[in-house]
Amino acid sequence: MTTSAPGFTYEIARGFLPGHRACAGCGQAAAVRIVMEVAGPNVIVANATGCLEVFSTPHPESAWGVPWIHSLFENHPAVASGVEAALKVQGKINDVRVLCFGGDGATFDIGFGALSGMFERGHDVAYFCMDNEAYMNTGVQRSGSTPFAAATTTSPAGRRSFGEDRPKKDLPSIAAAHGIPYVATASMSFFADLRRKAKKALDTRGPKYVQVHVPCPPGWGYDEKNSVEIGRLAVECGLYPLVEWENGEVARARKIKPIPVEEYLKPQRRFRHLFRGEAGKAQIAQIQALADANIKKYGLTE
Amino acid sequence: MRKMIEGSRGVAEAVGLCRPGVISAYPITPQTHIVEELSQMVADGDIDAEYVRVESEHSAASVCLGAVAAGCRSYSATTSQGMMLMAEVLYNIAGMRLPMVITGVNRALSAPLNIWNDQQDTMAIRDSGWIQLYAENNQEVVDMHIQAFKISEDDRVLLPVMVCMDGFILTHTYETVDVPTQEQVDAFLPAYDPLYKLDPKEPYTLGAFAGPEMYEEVRYEIQRDALASKDVIGEVARDFQAAFGRWYGDVLDSYRCDDAETIYVAMGSVIGTMKDWCDMRREQGEKIGVLKLRCFRPFPQDELRAALAKARRVVVLEKAISVGAYGILAAEIRAALYGQAATPPVHCAVVGLGGRDITFDTLDEIESKTRAGEMDFFAGLRREMLEAG
Repeated sequence: MTTSAPGFTYEIARGFLPGHRACAGCGQAAAVRIVMEVAGPNVIVANATGCLEVFSTPHPESAWGVPWIHSLFENHPAVASGVEAALKVQGKINDVRVLCFGGDGATFDIGFGALSGMFERGHDVAYFCMDNEAYMNTGVQRSGSTPFAAATTTSPAGRRSFGEDRPKKDLPSIAAAHGIPYVATASMSFFADLRRKAKKALDTRGPKYVQVHVPCPPGWGYDEKNSVEIGRLAVECGLYPLVEWENGEVARARKIKPIPVEEYLKPQRRFRHLFRGEAGKAQIAQIQALADANIKKYGLTE
Repeated sequence: MRKMIEGSRGVAEAVGLCRPGVISAYPITPQTHIVEELSQMVADGDIDAEYVRVESEHSAASVCLGAVAAGCRSYSATTSQGMMLMAEVLYNIAGMRLPMVITGVNRALSAPLNIWNDQQDTMAIRDSGWIQLYAENNQEVVDMHIQAFKISEDDRVLLPVMVCMDGFILTHTYETVDVPTQEQVDAFLPAYDPLYKLDPKEPYTLGAFAGPEMYEEVRYEIQRDALASKDVIGEVARDFQAAFGRWYGDVLDSYRCDDAETIYVAMGSVIGTMKDWCDMRREQGEKIGVLKLRCFRPFPQDELRAALAKARRVVVLEKAISVGAYGILAAEIRAALYGQAATPPVHCAVVGLGGRDITFDTLDEIESKTRAGEMDFFAGLRREMLEAG
């Protein structure tokens, strides 16, 4: 589809159309657009409850130009499994790709059992986790994906708290441990990399898991024009390594020239309590240690 | 063909004859024999379906939801705790107007853990928008499943149907059952051809959210169509009779009620015991009749008013309880009769919970207690087992 606005004309993908109600600077909306451009028209999408579902389908409006279904918060992998089983029965499984979108809450927490079931049964579904590291749709509550020391509305910083006291769950490794053919982490700030990984996922048969880091201006607390920059800093400091797994083994990782984690943390409201005095330095050192561990584990500088 | 089979086998054969595209279930006693039989039928190639072996009942219902949305006839079965875990999805399936059939094997709810029969599980999800049919015996179970797909997929209905059957009492009992042929069922039940489905050639958005300006209208339409589905249920029962020669009533079925002064009301397999007991009491000169609800949702309010119009007393047997209120069926029958001329007293006996047998002695106890004027009570209670005080 071609559309025009004063002064320029541009191509838009049929799958995920403009005009939805995402916040300005939404990393997720940008990432979904890239994935849907790669996916093309012959797809069926199953979506969890969450920001993406709410901002794209307020009845009677819809931003989806492809068949799309939302049922509940935690059952999207099972709904996608059912769609895939139906396509098999109908003899369409080679013509239509099934995609599944869930936020980090739907993926790491409430839908985790259903996701594991979908992997283990081998359904031909490409699962994209839009990871903005908290329950943004309900007002920035802590999820299993919330990083260490981040303040959320349910893991706030306070006189006795420095925010979230546990590191982020390592879901990509858990997904890879299912032995599924393809797992990747990606970032909305690395468009070409995300595009390549989405294509690889969609070209691979069987269950696929792609976890996309999607900065959230209201949830993380930064100027909305900086989403791409914030996402880039997360990757370059080593806190969000871009890694690919094939059949359960690490296949490759994107190399970085590491920057200190402070450069990523400082612009964000969710980490600002760490910079208010001497006390936060210990947490920043721990965050740096998490980044260093990633750099070592995946050989990000070798 | 008439054959001596277990109730669960009957369900599996009936479901197989309906040619489901996708079956998904999670094992739970006493539903297991049904899904084991279906698994074997798929493994042997006797039916051409995908059987998706899920990690929970929540996912079983969700797999079926996705498959129906993609245009495949789908089936699941569950009971008790599984029904509770499914509950969220069951409301969603009905709200999305996706037709499918689930066998709701009736079993008690925990705590205490109990695997035996009562009807608390399906009664607990009565408000979900599912049509609920309750079967008396295994022939009716078989026939009801075939009818259920036809009712559910009717364009005037588009609501899911739950065929409720008493756990163990029906699922694990061998009876002679006439199982229809594939040709007969194919002639009765056309292939599933939905108005809307997930198809890249004609993309629809299914499951959009509705705000205060839309939600109430969607719920109103579900209620309107659920009430109207009574006509379709009756129509399908008559079509079934014409095709297969068997008739169980449409939404109600009455036994010796024409001149009955006392009418006993219940759902499910206990009706068989009640009919025999009724015959015995009739021989003693008592004018007793038995009324069976085949269909609990939609609630047959008008039909109950007509069926109970001449009764002097109504006694409802309940295999479930709304804790803190009392019997659910009795409360709804009282409400249905409210404001009618010469309304009979409606007695409520909670009975047979957790698989306790309902015998002639139990029915005798209920009869004497209701004659003495007791309105709401537990029958068959072992008072010596109760804690002091």
